[in-house]
Amino acid sequence: MAKIRQAVVSLKGEPFACRTKKKGVTMQAYQGKSVFGGIAIGRISVYKKDEQQVKREKITDADAEMKRYEEAKEEAIRQLQGLYNKAVKEVGEANAAIFEIHQMMLDDGDYNESVDNIVRTQQVNAEYAVAVTGDNFSKMFAAMDDDYMRARSADIKDISERLIKVLSGDGAGGLNAGEPVIIVADDLAPSETVQMDKDMVLSFVTVHGSTNSHTAILARSMGIPALVGCSLPLDDSVDGKMGIVDGSGGKIYVEPDEDTLADMKLRQQQEQEKKELLQQLKGKDNVTLDGQKLMLYANIGNPKDLAGVLQNDAGGIGLFRSEFLYLESEDYPTEEEQFTAYKTVAETMAGKRVVIRTLDIGADKKCDYFHMEPEENPAMGCRAIRICLTRPEIFRTQLRALFRASAYGKIAIMYPMITSVSEVLRIREIVEEVKAELTENGIAYGEVEQGVMIETPAAVMVSEELAREVDFFSIGTNDLTQYTLAIDRQNTKLDEFYDSHHPAVLRMIQMVVDNAHKAGIWAGICGELGADTTLTKDFLAMGVDELSVSPGSILPVRKIVLETDVAAYKAEKKIC
Amino acid sequence: MREFRYTITDPEGIHARPAGELVKVAKGFSCNIQLSKDGKSGDCKRILGLMSLAVKKDQEVVLTFDGEDEDAAYEAVSAFMQEQM
Repeated sequence: MAKIRQAVVSLKGEPFACRTKKKGVTMQAYQGKSVFGGIAIGRISVYKKDEQQVKREKITDADAEMKRYEEAKEEAIRQLQGLYNKAVKEVGEANAAIFEIHQMMLDDGDYNESVDNIVRTQQVNAEYAVAVTGDNFSKMFAAMDDDYMRARSADIKDISERLIKVLSGDGAGGLNAGEPVIIVADDLAPSETVQMDKDMVLSFVTVHGSTNSHTAILARSMGIPALVGCSLPLDDSVDGKMGIVDGSGGKIYVEPDEDTLADMKLRQQQEQEKKELLQQLKGKDNVTLDGQKLMLYANIGNPKDLAGVLQNDAGGIGLFRSEFLYLESEDYPTEEEQFTAYKTVAETMAGKRVVIRTLDIGADKKCDYFHMEPEENPAMGCRAIRICLTRPEIFRTQLRALFRASAYGKIAIMYPMITSVSEVLRIREIVEEVKAELTENGIAYGEVEQGVMIETPAAVMVSEELAREVDFFSIGTNDLTQYTLAIDRQNTKLDEFYDSHHPAVLRMIQMVVDNAHKAGIWAGICGELGADTTLTKDFLAMGVDELSVSPGSILPVRKIVLETDVAAYKAEKKIC
Repeated sequence: MREFRYTITDPEGIHARPAGELVKVAKGFSCNIQLSKDGKSGDCKRILGLMSLAVKKDQEVVLTFDGEDEDAAYEAVSAFMQEQM
């Protein structure tokens, strides 16, 4: 019953008629929205909420009834403390906080007075008094004109049900399966998922819930396939049947036919082998056979991507695109909103370097509220740092948020679309003003490394001078390639002319790395090329210090690094 | 009796978590602590009542402290609000 329901964004599952009769088996397939990839094969267990029938019973001893209530309340609070401790380990403190709030709600004076009042004035059982009280409070919240508070009515229902369960002597509920199963449910409350035995869960599939729901977070942190927004029937046509969840394809197959089963088993095996191989690479340093080190970082576009970053053992974040704050917003994001996002990432990465790129709006990434004039050639138009320098008020807000967040972790700031030293000097002036302002207001900030993206041929050519002004370089190969080759990377008709390994680009990377090292700073690559494992050896030979790649690419790149002997590779390729 | 006026700066207003934190602070004192907004008021030691006021960012709230340890409560609660809300 308790549903912390968020906006349901779903490809509402049409049971696309995939009825293949084969040896009497009727396969059904349902489409949902993928939360986490992977294949799960096993029996389906439909999770049903226990609809509790609460009877109104007359009592004679109200004091004894209230004593029973107090004991049940203490027990419920103990259970919630247990769930809190479990959730902290499984999903982190911030996501676990809900169980602390639930404990306080159970201990709330208004709630308890209402129960006491009903028991005493009506001379009725505590179960009934709790049901009425829970209903009243949840209705009160449901009627509020605030989405957040309306959603809290589910919390009240959740705690009230827990109390009633304890009072009526029911168990803690949860999962009673003898084997690991695919859990299918209408929706799952945090208190429900957290008390499931995780070894017994192969996958989660819910009819409701969003990709940001608690279930989704849990599935990601457990690394098991999960779907939300999948409208399959929660009845005997599904319950207890064999099923396959294809996490990446966003599908669940009920009673799969032999071909599908064989196909999925093969895929599952392949993924498992790959995963095991990569797991062996976790925790290893990125060092070549001959001792050359590489920093292997992750690219992210949203704090939501952090789970993948940690799972794949990234050494830090080499590119945190701040655009999501702007693109997902109807108006300029406030300093507080930005600060919260940056702080979350800095804290989660716990002292590891987090390189945050300042806003890179423009070209193909547009926000209506920026009211940018239409341009003939937006890729070469007013974008990224050019917006920041012409509209410094937007830039200042972001810088203040970034510097404030730097008190909570190792934040580095990276400026995109740089073409000249004078831009860097203008940026520095604004940065110094922002820092002075913070100092004056008594707001703390940490040591912040500042670097630039090298993504224009101009920046490459002046990289010797730029290197003296900044702390690091990160080469954005996507734009650098498009500007160097003068080929629009979004025009697929030009694919035959587009060579991502063009010697011009590779020589530019070499030049940038050399100039960085001459000035004693580090240079990395954060474009797609960084994850291209056919080039990893070349990058090592070039002396690239850091590669920042999507979380899923970290371990495959690490594999190559561990197998490489840079000196031998250079000799083989005749590189001196 | 002491009074404290404060304009909420937390972008999410007094949602569940800060309300819970405020309750924890308030429960450390014996005096009566009320938080009111637009004529409606809630007991700072009761989370549901506090949440039901649905206080949002930029709204002004008035806290009143009445009782033996009202001075100490005033100090602690106002410091907490300024820092966390």
